[in-house]
Amino acid sequence: MNRPDIHSGRLSAEEYCRNFADIKPALSNYEAHIEANRCLYCEAAPCIPACPTGINIPSFINRIATNNIDGAAQAILDANILGGSCARVCPTEILCEQACVRNHEPECKAVTIGRLQRYAIDNRQADDHPFTRLPDTGKTIAVVGSGPAGLACAHHLAREGHNITLFDAWEKPGGLNEYGIASYKLVDSYARQEVDFVMEIGGIKQESSFRLGQSISLDQLRKQFSAVFLGLGLGGCNTLGLEGEQVAGVEDALSAISRLRQCNDLSQLPVGKRIVVIGGGNTAIDIACQCKRLGAEEVTIAYRRGSQWMSATPHEQAFARDNGVRILSWVQPSSLLTEDGRVTGINLEKTTLDVNDNLQGTGEITTIPIDTLYKAIGQNFLADCFANANESPELNGSRIATDKNFRTSLSNVWAGGDCIDKDPDLTVHAVEHGKQAAHAIHQYLQGDIENG
Amino acid sequence: MADLTSNFLGIRSPNPFWLASAPPTDKAYNVYRAFEAGWGGVVWKTLGEDPVPVNVCSRYSCHKNTRGDVIGINNIELITDRPLQVNLDEIRQTKKDWPDRALFVSLMVPCEEESWKTIVQQVEDTGCDGVELNFGCPHGMSERGMGSAVGQVPEYIEMVTRWCKQHCHLPVVVKLTPNITNIVVAAEAAQIGGADAISLINTINSITGIDLDQMTGYPTVNDKFTSGGYCGEAVKPIALSMVGQIARSPDTAELPISAIGGISCWRDAAEFIALGAGTVQVCTAAMLNGFKIVQDMIDGLSRWMDSKDYQSLDSFRGAAIPNLTDWKYLDLNYKTIASIDQNSCIQCGRCYAACEDTAHQAIAMTPSQNATERRFDVINEACVGCNLCQITCPVENCISMVRQQTGKPYLNWTQHPNNPMREN
Repeated sequence: MNRPDIHSGRLSAEEYCRNFADIKPALSNYEAHIEANRCLYCEAAPCIPACPTGINIPSFINRIATNNIDGAAQAILDANILGGSCARVCPTEILCEQACVRNHEPECKAVTIGRLQRYAIDNRQADDHPFTRLPDTGKTIAVVGSGPAGLACAHHLAREGHNITLFDAWEKPGGLNEYGIASYKLVDSYARQEVDFVMEIGGIKQESSFRLGQSISLDQLRKQFSAVFLGLGLGGCNTLGLEGEQVAGVEDALSAISRLRQCNDLSQLPVGKRIVVIGGGNTAIDIACQCKRLGAEEVTIAYRRGSQWMSATPHEQAFARDNGVRILSWVQPSSLLTEDGRVTGINLEKTTLDVNDNLQGTGEITTIPIDTLYKAIGQNFLADCFANANESPELNGSRIATDKNFRTSLSNVWAGGDCIDKDPDLTVHAVEHGKQAAHAIHQYLQGDIENG
Repeated sequence: MADLTSNFLGIRSPNPFWLASAPPTDKAYNVYRAFEAGWGGVVWKTLGEDPVPVNVCSRYSCHKNTRGDVIGINNIELITDRPLQVNLDEIRQTKKDWPDRALFVSLMVPCEEESWKTIVQQVEDTGCDGVELNFGCPHGMSERGMGSAVGQVPEYIEMVTRWCKQHCHLPVVVKLTPNITNIVVAAEAAQIGGADAISLINTINSITGIDLDQMTGYPTVNDKFTSGGYCGEAVKPIALSMVGQIARSPDTAELPISAIGGISCWRDAAEFIALGAGTVQVCTAAMLNGFKIVQDMIDGLSRWMDSKDYQSLDSFRGAAIPNLTDWKYLDLNYKTIASIDQNSCIQCGRCYAACEDTAHQAIAMTPSQNATERRFDVINEACVGCNLCQITCPVENCISMVRQQTGKPYLNWTQHPNNPMREN
């Protein structure tokens, strides 16, 4: 019998420590100074529109170069209150840094904007919160979901003097920053610290373990509050649709990542010896690399198309390979091998494109013995949170439809982040949605106030 | 390889790189290390009368650019604080041990003939090659009527120079202060006094910065500060200008020059020699990099000379002087226009910002269709050829200034119709 080899303590304490330390360590003062001076302070700098939140990058870098770190942090936070976590988790190589003119010949090396941004935020010296709250407007707003979208929305509205109740289904606030980011990208409870920082503005009341549709209905929220913002995220994980998918050893990657992030002693966290991850996005990379770093011996990412189609960036793919992860492309899961209610292997079928460029299986099967299978094939929005509401926002496909101001089909309900029908599912996009929605909500409430 | 041998006032040195009178030449130990490293000569740090002056702590401060590179240093150190006889003994021994190197001795004593007579004769007795009269230091000693206090009064320059020439047989070099309105006047005074050569520039009055916490300046002595003498690569343009003005002035054109001022590499040295310098004196570059820097200076200078087929320093000495003129003789019909090499442009837009905001609106910025790229083009009709775009461009040779054929003859301001004082 093929016994699953899943256990904890595969590594020494030192190895755990090293493997889950910050993968992009903070810049020293000296390094930051040198790097900041590489910025050319471009005219109409291309990096600014390349940042979804429109941070004035040349300005904050110039402030670092001229030793005005608090000013640099302010320039970042003005545009992006979660500038600290975005600096750590943004795929900068496809955002601001891709637009950097230093990518051109002869240098071919962008200014490391993300690391400078982190430097500015981490080294902010001021004790006071960088923003002040305007006098209380008496207006109340429900922000559902305390992930990046909800936090950004809540903060901007709180600055305007509104009163926010920030609901979250989980025990801790922060959304995917708390539960869904690879540990080595956001170390040392940074997600929690950042939430605390956001809360410093005042006027935000947090309600945890609150689930929309169970604890309260959307109808009730809309009645009790002047406006509602939905930053619900994506509650559901896509399934493979294979027989036996419910057996032990088959798990959603996000659950495993969340468990890993919440684990206080990694040496107590069991991990399989042989692992296959299905998927081609950053979540697939994250779980694969983290398993490797927990001591798994053979970790394979199986992706149904060529690697150029993977939504994980080339940088992320290279990181996975550097971690010893094998990326197997042009294969799709065809069936699971199970014994005694446990997964023991997976059959992968080779794929190809037919004449119409549709993906099809070739029938050629490879079997890989495994202890654990992780599914990282995307998430979906769980609309069941609206089940007990008389009126629910319209969906566009499977996500909440929003207009250009992030308003849903319901007049006093806005939405942003992964749960809506816009933009890739990046933290930095979620922040921008929350920010824009807050502007729109404020406008709406202003009208409300002015109209008496 | 080109011959770098230098013959300055009949004093030969294996190369034109001398260490200037300054802390690096304060004593035999340093000078021996300098000669071992390859320096062609030294000017021994300024000797004065006993009792010796007393120095403060601290003594130097620097001026950095935003990137953190030192572009200039200032100092408030005085002349040597070692007893005169110790210096004289070391100078005598040094010249004995290093007969092929030039060894000049810098001097500064009160403006009295007896003082100068005494010291030049004491120094002559050491067997050194010459003396350099320090009429330049702008700090400390100038408050006592010496250094730049002498260099700022042409009559004093002439008088003291004459004393020295009368009382010794050594070549006399007069070191000039740049803290003066017209350097040529000072050079003329030295010449009239009988100076064999001049050296310039000494340091420039300066305050490198203010400590915004303590509200004092640098270098800070307890809580006070004072103006110091500025040197280093930032002063090179000022030194070049002063050397050039003396070299092209008919009255002083024949006066040999030992050039000083921010010489940091072989190229700087070549530039001063092209403006007529006989030798070059270096201090800051050695203080920042150590004496070994001279080897790279020698190597660079001789390779460049080889590439130009210059056999000796005399082959190009003064070659740039004929082209140095007054503004009024510049050709008003000469025309260049900026040209941007689109292949090497990295689209930073620095040229656009400079031209649009601060110059002549002669560069157009055109975003591409998808707005991820943009293109910068010179608007030829608006370009005045000011060079600013080229200066701001971070890419070497991306922007060039292209000469335009105007078909118009040479025309200068003295001939221009707009000049009410025109000569024809």
